[in-house]
Amino acid sequence: MHRGKGMKFVGDSRVPAERKPNIPKDYSEYPGKTEAFWPNFLLKEWMVGAVFLIGFLSLTIAHQPPLERIADPTDTAYIPLPDWYFLFLYQLLKYSYASGPFTVIGALVIPGLAFGALLLAPFIDLGPERRPSKRPLATGFMLLSIAAVFYLTWESVDHHDWEAAKKQGQIVDVEIDKNSDGYKIAQAQTCTSCHGGELAGGAAAPSLLDSKMSAEEIADVAKNGKGSMPAVFKGSDEELQTLAEFIDGLSE
Amino acid sequence: MLNKIYDWVDERLDITPLWRDIADHEVPEHVNPAHHFSAFVYCFGGLTFFITVIQILSGMFLTMYYVPDIKNAWESVYYLQNQVAFGQIVRGMHHWGASLVIVMMFLHTLRVFFQGAYKKPRELNWVVGVLIFFVMLALGLTGYLLPWDMKALFATKVTLQIAEAVPLIGPYIKTLLSGHSTIVGAQTLTRFFAIHVFFLPAALLGLMGAHFLMIRKQGISGPL
Repeated sequence: MHRGKGMKFVGDSRVPAERKPNIPKDYSEYPGKTEAFWPNFLLKEWMVGAVFLIGFLSLTIAHQPPLERIADPTDTAYIPLPDWYFLFLYQLLKYSYASGPFTVIGALVIPGLAFGALLLAPFIDLGPERRPSKRPLATGFMLLSIAAVFYLTWESVDHHDWEAAKKQGQIVDVEIDKNSDGYKIAQAQTCTSCHGGELAGGAAAPSLLDSKMSAEEIADVAKNGKGSMPAVFKGSDEELQTLAEFIDGLSE
Repeated sequence: MLNKIYDWVDERLDITPLWRDIADHEVPEHVNPAHHFSAFVYCFGGLTFFITVIQILSGMFLTMYYVPDIKNAWESVYYLQNQVAFGQIVRGMHHWGASLVIVMMFLHTLRVFFQGAYKKPRELNWVVGVLIFFVMLALGLTGYLLPWDMKALFATKVTLQIAEAVPLIGPYIKTLLSGHSTIVGAQTLTRFFAIHVFFLPAALLGLMGAHFLMIRKQGISGPL
């Protein structure tokens, strides 16, 4: 490389005037079947990427990304669930030795130790050996951690009530006519204080939007109660009829 | 034509050495699935990067419609998914990609771990890689809130409770993340949006740059 005196530059810049040839390196002297990344290997990677992308796009077409109903902070009965890759941490916090007064252990100490060890693995596993069988401690702890993560995730999925979860998040697109006689009666007869202003249910009462009952059955429940539902209706038979038909109409 | 443009730029900026540094390096036989099929385990890192690129691109398109505000966030996601042409595909790519990137990163981490590839002289690259892992998990966590649906809100409430359980600084962390000591609402959503779209991607790009620089400098670890 030319240095010092006699160097020529492009204009007043620091770019040398002498052009360097754009020639790939020669890998023929490298061990084994070494090949150049550009363009040989990149082409193969590109093909793997293309196949992957087709599979990935098929997935997005086949499975719509989930969206639950709009967040309602007043619905205290909702059972929360994090994304699947946090389930093992979530499950850990359910055990009695890692929750309540011991939350610090479940939320901080155990994950902190595990992820701290992962972060500092090169400084813990100091030996020169690379083969997994030659470093049993590192391999053992990793296998143990993987088993624990898989087990906790499995337990979490197993404990979760997926039927209820699906129901509690459903988008309900029933339009309620709040000026109708039926809705006004529902308000006057205190239906809305438990079943909610949108009649979508709450902590103490189910949704009225997808009831499977007929108008007659609804009228009976409103008047005489059923299970934890008290007998609340105190109006006339005509009002009862209007109310029952209104609620029955919501589930269609 | 292209050559002339290249020459024109190269004359002024001397980009050939730069280009050779980026594009020209060897691929040893033991990492090449064309020669040893079992070498497919070396693809996981590249696929993680590929999905990350998908995440960045699809995320950029999502922000064309998304509104980080408690009144409109859910509405905008609903609109994007049901009304916008290919909106479901774009959101689907971002949603499923978020899961896939975790899977690929997990596999990549296991490959490096079980091969002992993090040993001297590659300790620093391992540390940076695990930091990338943490940033990715944080991206997943903050992105989960953004659609502002039921599961988003209540999962985030749980997360903030866990953050609050940290001794001494817990309540401060919670306030920093949610914008208020008790309310999870408008402030929380804008903060998570800012963290998800600006803070964490900035950290991610910096860390990935370091990750790639180190692997290029040191070369890939040799066969076992």
